[in-house]
Amino acid sequence: MRALAKPFRIDVEAVSSFLPSRALRGWHGILLLALFLASLAIATAHAQSGAAAGPPSPLATLVEWIPFILRGFLLNLGMSFLAMAIATVLGIGLGLLQLSRSRFLSLPAWLVTHLFRNSPWLVILFVVMLLVPFELQLPGGGTFIMSDWLKATFAFSLPVMANVSEIVRGAIVSIPKGQWESAESLAFTHGQTLRWIILPQCVKRAIPPWMNWYALLTMATPMASILGVREAVGNGQAAMEAAGARPELLVPFYLFLLLLFFAYIYPISIWTRMIERKYAVDS
Amino acid sequence: MPLVSIKEVHKSFGKLEVLRGVSLDVKKGEVVCIIGPSGSGKSTLIRCINGLNDIQKGSITVEGQEVNDPKLDKLALRKKVGIVFQQYNLFPHKTALENVMMAPVKVLKEPKREVEERARALIAKVRLSGKEDVYPGHLSGGQQQRVAIARSLAMRPDVMLFDEVTAALDPETVKEVLLTIKELAAEGMTCILVTHEMGFAREVADHVYFTDRGVIVEHGPPEELFTQAKDERTQRFLSQIF
Ligand SMILES: Nc1ncnc2c1ncn2[C@@H]1O[C@H](COP(=O)(O)OP(=O)(O)OP(=O)(O)O)[C@@H](O)[C@H]1O
Ligand SMILES: [Mg+2]
Repeated sequence: MRALAKPFRIDVEAVSSFLPSRALRGWHGILLLALFLASLAIATAHAQSGAAAGPPSPLATLVEWIPFILRGFLLNLGMSFLAMAIATVLGIGLGLLQLSRSRFLSLPAWLVTHLFRNSPWLVILFVVMLLVPFELQLPGGGTFIMSDWLKATFAFSLPVMANVSEIVRGAIVSIPKGQWESAESLAFTHGQTLRWIILPQCVKRAIPPWMNWYALLTMATPMASILGVREAVGNGQAAMEAAGARPELLVPFYLFLLLLFFAYIYPISIWTRMIERKYAVDS
Repeated sequence: MPLVSIKEVHKSFGKLEVLRGVSLDVKKGEVVCIIGPSGSGKSTLIRCINGLNDIQKGSITVEGQEVNDPKLDKLALRKKVGIVFQQYNLFPHKTALENVMMAPVKVLKEPKREVEERARALIAKVRLSGKEDVYPGHLSGGQQQRVAIARSLAMRPDVMLFDEVTAALDPETVKEVLLTIKELAAEGMTCILVTHEMGFAREVADHVYFTDRGVIVEHGPPEELFTQAKDERTQRFLSQIF
């Protein structure tokens, strides 16, 4: 009753309980799936009502091209893994540098972090495309071909790196000073304290936001299609083109792509929430 | 030669001079208590002894090693000096046993098996057998503080510093921590304690120092200082406590 009378009030009980937020319930996936199937049915009916001996139905066209789209999706996954690895390694280093006692280290690290944290990913992508050469001369004398998908991967790793840097910095400063002091009193060196006492405690706090950024990164990878990288969305567009660029293909194809990414990222979100809640209960 | 020798130590934080010429000697096996009002510099003094705070003037030696030396071998100093803090500062991601084992294994690189044996014995000594695999978050304050004592002892120090180690505890758990320290003192461990527990100081201390505003106002054996304090500041402080 109360909820009906004041629909825009926040439901305080739901906020304070440990129930998963309503934004993340399994039935959302089912709803999307139903929506997708319904639209396919409509598109199919629409196509069949036209000419009996016309082109194959949108559903048939989509089914035919699904393997091609999935092959593209593998590239999305590959790009997301590689970019996350680069972002994690560089981000941890950058986060530590931000806390360095030397201004010559902390200031540039702070600058780089905030530059990439506060720029549109698409712009970063274009800048990397333009600035990174196609061929890299290796010190050994060989050349390394920077293909477009590698450049895009590197570009996506930069904003994530900047955010990992902030996650690491925030996690380290949240560790009480007493931890440093007791470690120092037990003869741990600075590096040993970081390695054995501080960073292990940071991992717990950092993992949920880190996973969150992985999800965002994965969702950003289709931007590479703008540059001709043949990932899932690019392949979907190419498939529609090849199938005669019929307008009735658009909705089923894009809904399929939506579901594809959703099916991969939604479980990661749920998992992130579970970890978050587990740590919240632990401490 | 005294085990710990503090001579004319001056220490400032910026413009604030916290220690203004403090001198005291602690012999091997002696138990020394430092008392005094809040802000008098007790914690600062004790932290200078193991080099957590540096000093501007004067000298502190531990077994003849000068603490106020830029070329100080910190590892050697910290092996000799153990410290226990008011807030326990256990490592929350490690069990009680791991907390005790960590420094000898990671810092001193001693064989894990030997260290574990010693750590278990230390945990038994502070009467926490059975809690070896429990994380600090699941221990009471008094239990955590005893793990912290065991953790310091695992480095086999020659002197132990205690900075108001019972100040954050419930009255029931204070007793068990004090008992542990008393036993340690009885075994001959050299102890320097900052404490507000006057009854305890009276019982275990060989010598009591009363500090106020960065200087030692008065010192002597507990029965003397507690009953016939000469300085008016000491008398006032003691009358507030008792
Ligand atoms: N790191 C620091 N930076 C600046 N001032 C400090 C620092 N540590 C201590 N002080 C100041 O030095 C003075 C003495 O502090 P200290 O902690 O040694 O007192 P204390 O005798 O231990 O008091 P308490 O009984 O409250 O623990 C206080 O005025 C305190 O504010
Ligand atoms: Mg203090």
